[in-house]
Amino acid sequence: MHPFVLALIGGGLVGLAAVMMMALKGRIAGVSGILTGSLIESGTERLWRILFITGVIIGGAIPVLLSSDFKPPIPQSGTLLTIIGGLAVGLGTGIGSGCTSGHGICGIARLSLRSIIATCTFMAAGFIGVYLLKHVFGGA
Amino acid sequence: MPTQKTWQQLSALVSGLIFGVGMAISGMTNTDRVQGFLDLAGAWDPTLAFVMGGGLIVTFIGYKFVLKKPSPLFSDTFHLPTRTDIDKTLLLGAVLFGAGWGLVGYCPGPAIAGLSYAYPTTLLFVATMLIGLFLARIISRRL
Repeated sequence: MHPFVLALIGGGLVGLAAVMMMALKGRIAGVSGILTGSLIESGTERLWRILFITGVIIGGAIPVLLSSDFKPPIPQSGTLLTIIGGLAVGLGTGIGSGCTSGHGICGIARLSLRSIIATCTFMAAGFIGVYLLKHVFGGA
Repeated sequence: MPTQKTWQQLSALVSGLIFGVGMAISGMTNTDRVQGFLDLAGAWDPTLAFVMGGGLIVTFIGYKFVLKKPSPLFSDTFHLPTRTDIDKTLLLGAVLFGAGWGLVGYCPGPAIAGLSYAYPTTLLFVATMLIGLFLARIISRRL
């Protein structure tokens, strides 16, 4: 199948998961928020978040078990860049109250102005980050 | 019969499973593809726009129906964000997040969905991301 078709289907499944989460449990399917909750909550409030995260990990493995075409190449970033990137993504989504799923999918689907502005801002920062990485500091 | 609490936990697990499958087949777990989408000045790869598009169409229509109901199926209330202000932490957070996303090619969902491939880069990214999320809790109280 063409990558664009797979992307559309995959995105649709992410949307389906977000709708199910709201319809069944009344929660936003935002990964950064759920991760934070899994660190700081306790009891059943922690358990459902850990189960969601466990589901994402197992779900991510299933297509790869069925076809190795779904296995992505090894990420290219080196150790230092990965640490800086991981910290920035954690800090940024933490203080910015969301990531691509929470703001970009669930928030925009609710027409939340905060989420629309956050999504435009992190997209723009992503464009600039890659521009600096590939065309200013990295060469190719 | 399972209790409502059990159904809630099962809902989270199944939603997570579907979310993870979506991540893996969409190409979001491929950091080259994600950086290709963010690389406007290079060989631009539009794949991510289709992921966002597919996700938004389904969620927009689904939420329209779901949020008309008085409550979720297995819970008493919808937990929806209530804030509407555009403050500096929202913008600063989004800038930091976007920069990190561009540098590595991972945002939180795909990084978690990619954990089972056990690439050292993915494991290191998720570990440092969790530290970042934890630090954000401490910093947010001071901002």
